[in-house]
Order: sequence, then structure tokens, then C-alpha cells
Amino acid sequence: MATFSTNEFKPGLKVLLDGDPCSILDNEFVKPGKGQAFNRVKLRNLLNGRVWERTFKSGESLEAADVMETDMSYLYSDAEFWHFMKTDGSFEQFPADKAAVADALNWLKEEDVYVVTLYNGSPISVTPPNFVEIEVVETDPGLKGDTAQGGSKPATLASGAVVKVPLFVNIGDVLRVDTRTGEYQNRVR
Amino acid sequence: MADDIQWRPDASLANLRLRAGMLAQVRQFFTDRDVLEVETPLLCQATGTDPHLEALALELTPGDLRFLHTSPEFAMKRLLAAGSGPIYQLCKTFRQDETGQRHNPEFTMLEWYRPGFDDHRLMDEVEALTRACLPSDVFAGQATIPRIPYRELFRRTLALDLLFASDKELLACVEQYTDVGEMALSRDDTLHLLMSLAIEPRLREPVFVTEFPASQAALAQVTQDDEGGAVARRFELFVGGMELANGYLELTDNTEQSRRFDADNRQRQRAGLPVRAADTRLLAALAHGLPPSAGVALGFDRLVMLAAGAGHIREVISFVADNA
Repeated sequence: MATFSTNEFKPGLKVLLDGDPCSILDNEFVKPGKGQAFNRVKLRNLLNGRVWERTFKSGESLEAADVMETDMSYLYSDAEFWHFMKTDGSFEQFPADKAAVADALNWLKEEDVYVVTLYNGSPISVTPPNFVEIEVVETDPGLKGDTAQGGSKPATLASGAVVKVPLFVNIGDVLRVDTRTGEYQNRVR
Repeated sequence: MADDIQWRPDASLANLRLRAGMLAQVRQFFTDRDVLEVETPLLCQATGTDPHLEALALELTPGDLRFLHTSPEFAMKRLLAAGSGPIYQLCKTFRQDETGQRHNPEFTMLEWYRPGFDDHRLMDEVEALTRACLPSDVFAGQATIPRIPYRELFRRTLALDLLFASDKELLACVEQYTDVGEMALSRDDTLHLLMSLAIEPRLREPVFVTEFPASQAALAQVTQDDEGGAVARRFELFVGGMELANGYLELTDNTEQSRRFDADNRQRQRAGLPVRAADTRLLAALAHGLPPSAGVALGFDRLVMLAAGAGHIREVISFVADNA
């Protein structure tokens, strides 16, 4: 596997550090006029999500991590795994465990497309699209003619997420939701 | 197609005008003080031995390796030995693998030498130059820029007394600021890290750091501090949380100079770096006799950054390395 030197560390580069795949977020070169140069590197551990800063001597290198981000559609879940399929026409399927789907768990909808991060060929994380459209399965009855006024109530979506919605929303409505904030955007139908 | 190519300058035209004005100001400053402007070769047969500075090399004719200088120091000292009197130079300087917020592999250095000055008298002049070039608010009402010994700075900022602190204590302090993993760090590496990560960002108001540890003397004379510890007659000026200038009471002893070249090269060998032959012309000039002098190098791009209030060096350079 290729290696990368500190001067090649760019945001988005995936490297192996202490055995874990990490994504580089930021890289700052620091050097006293006379003395060792260092790189302060901000990293995200792709297995546990931890973000921290590690300092390296300039010129040190790290092995590249075999990490790939691939579009896949969500198929179904069994008791243990959530199954995804590549959208490139290969029909190749990948089972993701609970830790891998954690960030997307509230937003899974069959046939929707997610970014699945593969490490050495296995899913380690699933990123939902920024916006999803999902049906309401449970909420208090809607109040007619209340579309202008403020006020909100909780609604449970088919994916299991609970979001705050305006009072006029009914069971069976399809809502557009921002997955990054969990906020209701609008009623689609 | 041409629309996709980034061709515009990195610096704004306003900053380039500011920069041009400051170049003129610097020249006027030295003209007024009868300091001679000199130009020395960028392309040299010998280069420095400092294990932390890598020169860029190229072939003048096939097989004839030359180095782009990492500072004009050696040639300027040969001029001093030849009786030039006080001299200054504004020149491009090159260092391999130095790119960042405050570094460009090709940058502009202002370097000057004052025969008959000691380091403190030269600090007075560095202060006069920075006051001539920078807006007064940079100095935050200071009547004079304070001078703080390196050891005192660590004591004040980090509550560490370097005369007594163990390597382990220093490392524990580093780990409060960053994760260093299993990195092998010498005592000086640890000090450099603390300086860069913990101390330098706090030096917002101008300050001269003086009396560096003897192990960081570079080309400065080594003397004893009040408590008998060996310290280098070296100073650095920090402004706005950034190192701006580095000066010495210059080493004039050719035997000691030769010994430091050898020590650097031994360190280079241990680190697997190429050994650099000592600059024999510099040693011969020192043997002939260098007048007692103080000298200083100031990062001109950084001076412009401070005047422009720029956060990144690319804001004051027409085209940085990636855009050259």
C-alpha cells in the first residue's frame, strides 16, 4: 500500500494511524526558525468517530488506508445487519453492522441511496443524504386551518426518527427532513 | 478551458502596493544609517549544515551540484571579513519542504550585519526598523519592546524551570497541547514544540526572546547567564504570535565554527540526512578575521503580513509556490 509524507497530508486523505483508518481534516506546518519542523494534523478516526490533533515530525509518513466511499441503496435489515447494494449495476451487496449504520439509523428508507464507507472491503460507516423524504407513522391529529400559526408537536417517521413538526401535519404525510440537524423542512405530500 | 486555469495573483494589488512601499522604506532606513546594500549569490557551491534546513539543489552543468542558499549569511560574513563595514541584503531565500500559513519555499529575507554592535544594540535597531515599517497599534502602547530570556519565558508561561525540569516533565507539558504518539523527541525537539504550540501563539505583543539554550546557539556566541548556565547570545523577535526575526552576536572563531559544522553533520548522519561539506571559504574568511559583529535575519513577507493584517503568507506574495 502507498505511503504519504506529512507534506502530502491533505484534507480527505485516508491514512492508517496506530492500526485504525483515519481521515485527515486539517494539516498545519509549524517550524521554529532554528529547529525541528512539525505538522499539526487534525484527524478523524473512521472507526469510532473521534476527532483529535496529532503532531508529527515533518517528513514522517503514514500508510494509506484502503478506504472507499461508495453509493449504495438500502435494501433491508435482519436481526443483525443492515444490507446495502452498490448502485453501479454490479448488484454487489454489503452487510453493515449496527456500529456502521449508527449515524444513518434514524433515516433509513428502502431504495434510498446512502454513502457507504468501506474499509478493507467492509462497511464502517453509512452517511445519509442531507435531505430525506419519509412518511409520518404516528402523531397527534392535525389541526385544520392552522398552517400559518406557530406551535409544534412530535411526529414519528417510518424510519423511527422523531421530529418536531407543525400542528397541521397528519399521519400518512411525507415530510422532507434535514438529516444533519433532524429538522423538519416541509411537507412533500 | 482557459477559464479553469487559476492564473490570478495570490496577493491583492493593494497588498502588493503596500509591499513595494515597505521595500522602499527598508532601503531608506538603511541608507539613512549608512548601511551598504549588497547582493550575494543565490546559487552557491556550499550550503549550511543545520540539520533542520534543507537546501534545494540543482546542476549548474551536468554533475556540478549547486545549492540555492537557505540564507545569505555565509557570503555576507565573507564581505564583513573583507572589510565591507555594515551591510544589508534583501533577497529571495529557498528552503525545501517549507509550506504553510507562514512559510513559502521561496521567500524574501532581510538580513543585516553590524560590525561593532553587540546583540542588544542590534535589538535596538531591529525595533527601530519595525517601528518604521509597522502601524503603531502593533506595539500596543509599549515604550520599548521588552526583552525576556528564554528560560524566564518558560518559567512565566508554562511554570517550567528549564534548568531543573526533567525531559519527562517537558513531555508531560507537551501532551497538554497535542498528541505526539510514540514520536522520538530530543530535549531540544520538545522545547521547539513547546515554543511553537504553547508559547509563540501567546506572544501577541512584540517581545524579544533572548539567552537561548546553548544547544540552540546555531551561529551565535555562547556565554553564561547570571546563574552560570550556558546560554547563546541569540535573540528572536516575536510579533502577533509569530516569529519575525532571529539575530546573533556572531560567532567569529573559525575553530568553534568548524566544530559546529562537524556536530551538525554528525546529527545529520544519525538522522539519515545527507552530510553537507563545510563551507571552506567561510572558514578561511573567519580564519582571516571577522570583526566582532551582530547580525539578524528578518522575514520580510511576515513583516508585510503584520502591516497588512494578513493571516496567511499567500496574502502578501504575488504568486506562492503552488501558483508559480
